Amino acid sequence: MRHFAVAGSPHQPAPIRVRRVMLDVLLALLPGIGMHVAVFGPGVLIQITLACGFALAFEAMALRARGRPQQPFISDLSAPVTAVLFALCIPPLCPWWISAIGMLAAIGVAKHIYGGLGFNLFNPAMVGYAVVLLSFPRELSQWLAPASLLPQGVGLGDALQAILGNPTALPWDTLSSATPLDVLRNQAGQDQMINEIRHAPIFGDFGGRGWEWIANAWLLGGAYLLWRRVVHWQVPFAVLASAIALSLPFWLSDPDMHPSPLQHVFSGGLMFAAWFVATDPVTGCASPRGRLVFGAGVGVLTLVLRRWSDYPDGVAFAVLLMNALAPLIDRYTRPRVFGRGRHA
Amino acid sequence: MSLAQHAGAAARPVVRVGQTVRRGECIAQATDGLSASVHAGSSGRILAIEDRPVPHASGLAAQCIVIQTDGRDDWLRLPALPIETPRHALLDRLADCGVVGLGGAAFPTATKLVPVCETLVINAAECEPHIACDDGLLRERADAVVAGVQWLQRICAASRVLIAIEDAMTDATLALTRAVQRCADPRLQVSEVPTIYPQGGERQLIRVLTGHEVPAGGLPQDIGILCHNVATAYAVSRAIEYGEALTSRIVSVSGAGIGSPGNFDVHLGTSLEFLIAHAGGYGPDAARLVMGGPMMGIALPHDGVPVVKACNSVLVLGAGEIRRSAPEMPCIRCGECVRVCPAQLMPQQLFDAIRLDDWQQTERLALSVCIECGCCAQVCPSQIPLVDWYRHGKSEIAIAQRRDTQANTARIRYEARNIRLAREQAERVARISDRAVVPVAPRAEATTLDTPSLTVAATSPPMDKSAVLAAIARGRARKQARDAETKPPAQPPDDSSA
Repeated sequence: MRHFAVAGSPHQPAPIRVRRVMLDVLLALLPGIGMHVAVFGPGVLIQITLACGFALAFEAMALRARGRPQQPFISDLSAPVTAVLFALCIPPLCPWWISAIGMLAAIGVAKHIYGGLGFNLFNPAMVGYAVVLLSFPRELSQWLAPASLLPQGVGLGDALQAILGNPTALPWDTLSSATPLDVLRNQAGQDQMINEIRHAPIFGDFGGRGWEWIANAWLLGGAYLLWRRVVHWQVPFAVLASAIALSLPFWLSDPDMHPSPLQHVFSGGLMFAAWFVATDPVTGCASPRGRLVFGAGVGVLTLVLRRWSDYPDGVAFAVLLMNALAPLIDRYTRPRVFGRGRHA
Repeated sequence: MSLAQHAGAAARPVVRVGQTVRRGECIAQATDGLSASVHAGSSGRILAIEDRPVPHASGLAAQCIVIQTDGRDDWLRLPALPIETPRHALLDRLADCGVVGLGGAAFPTATKLVPVCETLVINAAECEPHIACDDGLLRERADAVVAGVQWLQRICAASRVLIAIEDAMTDATLALTRAVQRCADPRLQVSEVPTIYPQGGERQLIRVLTGHEVPAGGLPQDIGILCHNVATAYAVSRAIEYGEALTSRIVSVSGAGIGSPGNFDVHLGTSLEFLIAHAGGYGPDAARLVMGGPMMGIALPHDGVPVVKACNSVLVLGAGEIRRSAPEMPCIRCGECVRVCPAQLMPQQLFDAIRLDDWQQTERLALSVCIECGCCAQVCPSQIPLVDWYRHGKSEIAIAQRRDTQANTARIRYEARNIRLAREQAERVARISDRAVVPVAPRAEATTLDTPSLTVAATSPPMDKSAVLAAIARGRARKQARDAETKPPAQPPDDSSA
């Protein structure tokens, strides 16, 4: 008689693990990060490094304070994903303490106070970004002009000095520029035609110059996530489709007053959010129909915030607002149970 | 031979230790409609009737009959039944032969065949990956299977018979199609279904074949459908045409830890150790022994257990085929479980509700519809043992329901007792006051069993003493009988006065 160890079913090996999911998200971000470096210089790499360092430090501290095991949660890569998403939202030459404060809010407050991985109600990266955006509007508005519009690019040394040392040492007047969405917003407010505004060198073919290429790279990363089945089509489709569907009739009725749907999709953070932020499973919906509703909410709210709020881009707030609604959406979009009529 | 290898209660032994039995001889009788008789798997002498380890998730021992086989394998067959045999006699034969559903549930076939149906579904879609017993059966014995299908059709009077086979089973499909053509019955129809787990599940298969969903909480017969396994059909034809009891079945032995995997026709009661030795023995990296498939099978602690009727497969999984034990991570609500759930539930919401002991919410999320297929636990990136949680939830709900029923019964009984006591008191008062006016000669014989009117006898002075003593004795006996039933002791109101 031979003895064996027993375990519950199913017995087959697990096809995918949490760590692998997070790793796939990081891999999918690589093309966009590369494009970001090409357009805005190496600043974003420093921001990513900083944010990851702070995120892991706060993660370790929070786990220790909560008496949770360190190893499985540090190595699940969820903190680096939050950090990279945050770093990609802030201007590339932000001072270092922006990252520190942002990560404290993201990891310490939004994630661990709510119970850590899997229990947070709000997307940690977006909470971190919203906190610094509201607290330090001046630092968060200093976006660089795309490298192709600068007489000379921003080198690694310049970036390091700006981020870690004295930011005033850089010639900000020549470097910085308002983002295309800022320009659009301010000038449209002064009754200028969209066509005229779009003649400014900062605009590209249909979005912002450089920005549209980064958006393309996000699209590429999103395709990878779809292929890896980390993300399903519902959320990205709903975000982009709702943004297009909402802006199309306005643009058709008066193209001089309203930006085109493509302008909306390819500028700001909409494409990024559609693939990497709104698709966060923890803070989103789980049922397929719920995901469509959630994504559509993000798309619509983003456009509403872009048009009427005081901020040029409303993606972060749109995501946070929908996060709050996600459990309710899940409640009303449960699939029909097998062998039963409509909802249970 | 385990005595509990079917859905209902264990069968009752009808043999003595030392007695010789022949193969197919009934050694334990069914106790109710959900239970099935057990027959000797081979000829020999009864060695013991005692508790032995059986293949069950609990790992506990259960009553078994141990047979020392004599190697002759002598059959004890019943007479074959002719084609015009009435339906009830056929059902009796299936019950006598201990035929149960061989797909895995081991529900007595005769009981399942009682309702008449329009459509009979014969399930030849294997339950799970690795299992190939139905495939092997069809390739070699398709004619006998089809004969069994026709018997089933006659019994349940179905106007349409759908034999569902997986599209991956090409040889078996060919053999089955030819056998169906030979029998030339237009009601029989072979249909291929995609090989997707859990296609072999009754409810899933019925939806694929007919487009109808079995109502949640209902049975296929509610929509005029009956579903039987091909192996059951084969056992039916053996029982009716050859008078053979269910004493063997096809078991597929597979997995990377097995020397030479294959399908085996195994006598019930054979130890897994023996079976595995005949399948080439254990390979070098045998890591887990499973009865059933990799998705729903039970991991067994050792191979010293007998093959039972429900045992369609024995797996010896290699080290690379089993789930590495990893720390369970929190649910990240990725929704994969929602995507794969064949019952279209929200597994992760169910998990939350069960973990919080929120049974109302659990029932609202339709836990009872869960078929425990294991898909959700299989795809979970956090490695949460979801199915274990659902089983826990189901048993908690069952316990709570039983407790509710018990409390309800007790309440009703208590209220009834109060009413009865009040009524008796009123009657006694009425009788005493009546007697005060018109004295009536008491008659102890009038005392009926349910109205203890001893009072009448005790309070009336001109009383025959022996009659009083007899009445007291009767009252005592009644009280003892009542106490023995562990009911709340209803104190006879007149004990002291007697």
